[in-house]
Amino acid sequence: MRPFDYLEPETLDEALALLANDPDDTLVMAGGTSLVILMKQDLIRPARVLGLRRIAELRAIRTRGGGLDLGALATLGALARSPAVRSHAAALASTFAGVATVRIREQATLGGNLAHADPAQDPPVTLLALDGVAVARSRFGERRIALGALFVDLFETSLEPGEILLRVELPPLPAGARATYKKFLPATLDDYATVSVAAVVATDATGACMHARIAVGGAGPVPLRAREAERSLAGRRLDDAAIREAAALAAAATDPIDDLRGSAAYKRAMAGVWTERALREVA
Amino acid sequence: MSEHRIRFTLNGAAVDVTVPAERLLVDLLRDDLGKTGTKDGCSVGVCGLCTVQVDGMPMSACLLLATQVDGAAIRTVEGLASPLQEAFILEGGFQCGICTSGQLVAADALLRAKPDATDAEIADWQMGNLCRCTGYYGIARAIARARDAR
Repeated sequence: MRPFDYLEPETLDEALALLANDPDDTLVMAGGTSLVILMKQDLIRPARVLGLRRIAELRAIRTRGGGLDLGALATLGALARSPAVRSHAAALASTFAGVATVRIREQATLGGNLAHADPAQDPPVTLLALDGVAVARSRFGERRIALGALFVDLFETSLEPGEILLRVELPPLPAGARATYKKFLPATLDDYATVSVAAVVATDATGACMHARIAVGGAGPVPLRAREAERSLAGRRLDDAAIREAAALAAAATDPIDDLRGSAAYKRAMAGVWTERALREVA
Repeated sequence: MSEHRIRFTLNGAAVDVTVPAERLLVDLLRDDLGKTGTKDGCSVGVCGLCTVQVDGMPMSACLLLATQVDGAAIRTVEGLASPLQEAFILEGGFQCGICTSGQLVAADALLRAKPDATDAEIADWQMGNLCRCTGYYGIARAIARARDAR
């Protein structure tokens, strides 16, 4: 690994000030699972690495009204075990519990996971379907970024140099909402998903769909919201025809590439299949 | 470029060293501290050979900067004294041995965190500790045997 200078501030204010000294050549490190690999492989060559590990306030997982605030330094393991996360949506806890292996989950953090912006990752998909909002701060103030606007392209976010991701805020779920996250893992359980789908649905007393969120991972340069599929369900009973139609629209919304986990055409087809399975589970 | 004084415990003994920022925990353990039971395999956090316990939880020493364990309690295979080791022998939980220290450290972490771990939890925690020789049944039996012996 190439040499670099390592900074480990004790407070958020100190971190923001250090980052502001040289925002373009300082990389923020949370757990380090991705950053260390990228540095070892010489894919990134930061002059400075700013480690956040001492800033305990960023680890907090808190309920807020009926919503939930997830600190950027919370590890995926801590999030998987959190009663607050589980009671907000069991599907969110199981999303975290299903990432890679226990070793990775104990080191990797929510903020690092989002800022790394790997489109094959699990948590962004479920958080997108739960209407998550990222909160970032620089010396110039705080900014709220809907997760749909955080992910710009492959490994690229809308975070600005000088900004640190603080937390993700999840709003209260509609009454009776049901959520699921399903991933297609044809090789091994610790692999990245070929495609994955999160669905959050709420219906009224007559069974009509009042709220639908569908997000798809691994099927484009960023995790995608399948908005046409969501709209197609509005006011409808979640019967076979409605689910099939939404699944076809979700597949059409994907923009996958050919890679080791399948051809683009295969991934698009699987996005439809797994959207259908996800919707059947929450219907 | 920067150097950092870090202090942690390694298998219960105090360590106080100064390392360059880019020093990895696996290299600190093996090359500087002579604890070569921790192996360096894939170097990208996938194979599990370098598994160590950081404050009781299993992590990949190849993905950790040494600075990240300042203040932590580290346990490596050299610090294990557990029924697991005898169970691995009795159940044939290894063949070539390259994965064994990582398997033992991960299994020890599991039985500390969850003394009544179910067989499914054993399988879940084994995931990512790769074995090229035996398949995983002997290892799973060994962990279950150690659990049941408690």
